[in-house]
Amino acid sequence: MAHDAGTDTPAAASGEGVRRRDFINIAAVSAAGVGGIATLYPLISQMAPSADVLAESSTEVDISAIQPGQAIKAVFRKQPVFIRNLKPEEIKAAEEVDVTTLRDPQTLKERTKAGKENWLITMGVCTHLGCVPLGSGEGEVKGEFGGYFCPCHGSVYDTAARIRKGPAPKNLQVPDYEFTSDTVVKIG
Amino acid sequence: MSFPWAKEYKPSHPFMVWMDEKLPLPRLVYGAVGGGYEVPRNLNYMWNFGFLAGLCLVIQIVTGIVLAMHYGANTQVAFDSTEHIMRDVNWGWMLRYGHANGASAFFVVVYAHIFRGFYYGSYKAPREMIWLLGVVIFLLMMATAFMGYVLPWGQMSFWGAQVITGLFSAIPIVGDGLHTWLLGGFAPDNAALNRFFSLHFLLPFVILGVVILHVWALHIPGSSNPTGVEVKSESDTVPFFPYFVAKDGWTIGLFMIAYSAFLFFMPNALGHPDNYIPANPMQTPAHIVPEWYFWPFYAILRSFTQDFLIVPAKLMGVLAMFASILVWFFLPWLDKSPVRSAKFRPLYRRFFWVLLVDVLVLGYCGGSPAEEPYVIIAQIASIYYFLHFFVIVPIVSSIERPDPLPFSITEAVLGSDEAAALEAKA
Repeated sequence: MAHDAGTDTPAAASGEGVRRRDFINIAAVSAAGVGGIATLYPLISQMAPSADVLAESSTEVDISAIQPGQAIKAVFRKQPVFIRNLKPEEIKAAEEVDVTTLRDPQTLKERTKAGKENWLITMGVCTHLGCVPLGSGEGEVKGEFGGYFCPCHGSVYDTAARIRKGPAPKNLQVPDYEFTSDTVVKIG
Repeated sequence: MSFPWAKEYKPSHPFMVWMDEKLPLPRLVYGAVGGGYEVPRNLNYMWNFGFLAGLCLVIQIVTGIVLAMHYGANTQVAFDSTEHIMRDVNWGWMLRYGHANGASAFFVVVYAHIFRGFYYGSYKAPREMIWLLGVVIFLLMMATAFMGYVLPWGQMSFWGAQVITGLFSAIPIVGDGLHTWLLGGFAPDNAALNRFFSLHFLLPFVILGVVILHVWALHIPGSSNPTGVEVKSESDTVPFFPYFVAKDGWTIGLFMIAYSAFLFFMPNALGHPDNYIPANPMQTPAHIVPEWYFWPFYAILRSFTQDFLIVPAKLMGVLAMFASILVWFFLPWLDKSPVRSAKFRPLYRRFFWVLLVDVLVLGYCGGSPAEEPYVIIAQIASIYYFLHFFVIVPIVSSIERPDPLPFSITEAVLGSDEAAALEAKA
């Protein structure tokens, strides 16, 4: 055998069983495959958010000046956040809804902090395609459910910022936040 | 391919003889777009749009490369560098307007080219591959145009990027991760702008590559023609040079008149004033619309306002929008009629015109606000659009009785074709 190692003699090529060359073929193709994937991974991974974008940023907002019925637009991770002080009748309207009929069933309680049900804090990013809904500013259209209205494709949110009508699939997202005092909320 | 009677490349100058031996590039060009490519003699003006599309690609690449010499792909400077091009760079205004209106012109000629294909059955065997590559080119064009529109980083740029990348978040399970990965962040920002610029520079050259394949595939069966009857004999064709080079040159003149009218006299007619406002992630413009060439597809996207079984409305809209173009890939097999040209297909011809009107209606609705009556009109038009491809075309192609076809291209042109008729008898 030693004298024909590495050559494909007709006898070896037609015979059954494993040839020495098969090992080299499999090893070479495997190494190239693993190497290819190892090369591809950084090329794909570089597209993901970089460390500075991911770095936890948090925003502290003073909410003492927001009167019932008013809302402000704050900035969190370069995206708008709606902070809204609900009126008692708006809370009542949100609680009266039969949750099971909703597209994304959630109660107002689940979307606010205990004891602070009047503070509705949500991202100002429509869950359809990411526009900023109207309704936070003075005099803006609030839509037929009194919450927010997205002008891009007509999604309507209620006073708990839950999706009620239009193409958006989810309620406006509630970010992580905590009240650091009665008048300051820390988002993120 | 070349027909047996196609002229062979015969260099006369010693240098060209030498060149032909070492690298037969002139031979390739001669056979592709020169005297060596035999073309049906009866082509009408609808066959001029392919050449014009090639011209548009060249205009976009040339203006784009020089614009890139002055533009800065960073959210801090993108808007200002665009204004710098408009105000300070020598001829910058003309180059930028030429590029922006060049994109519109490109889509005008490509839509004419595509609807030529619908009418004359250019997608049918043996030309399926040309059609498939054409659809790939169109998809690449859409991606390139979208990313280019983001670069000036105006309000429409930003919100266009937000809405279009938001489409990917509709995909179940992986959608949100994919969305973040595509943007390199949670909303369009510097990372997204930078990669859009990189890809906007790359894709036109990918398009150029697929165009070369498109033309290569075309040269295997040769050009189609308005009768849809294949070439039979030498009297059916004339060489591309000089006949169609001259004819294409004439329509380039007409095209340049229309293009220049936009460029020099109404350069912003097809744009949106909101894009002269710097991008503001806190404020969505009241009325977001994409550029006009995306309107029909945008109307289909917006038509889905109700969940369908377990599929959310948002995902339905996205699927329908992509399906509205992907269905073109299946057209060669959905249309089973052996007759290519609508000229001889009385029933299909009617539905062709209905489809054209339907797409125009979709386009009008897509450019209008998302309110009634546009929503309901767009919904009806969207249903019809899919009916056309999935129901009407297959049914019409099986029940229709086509009009009699001419024996040959020559007969269609001259009224008789004795040479070919004799040959067929023999």
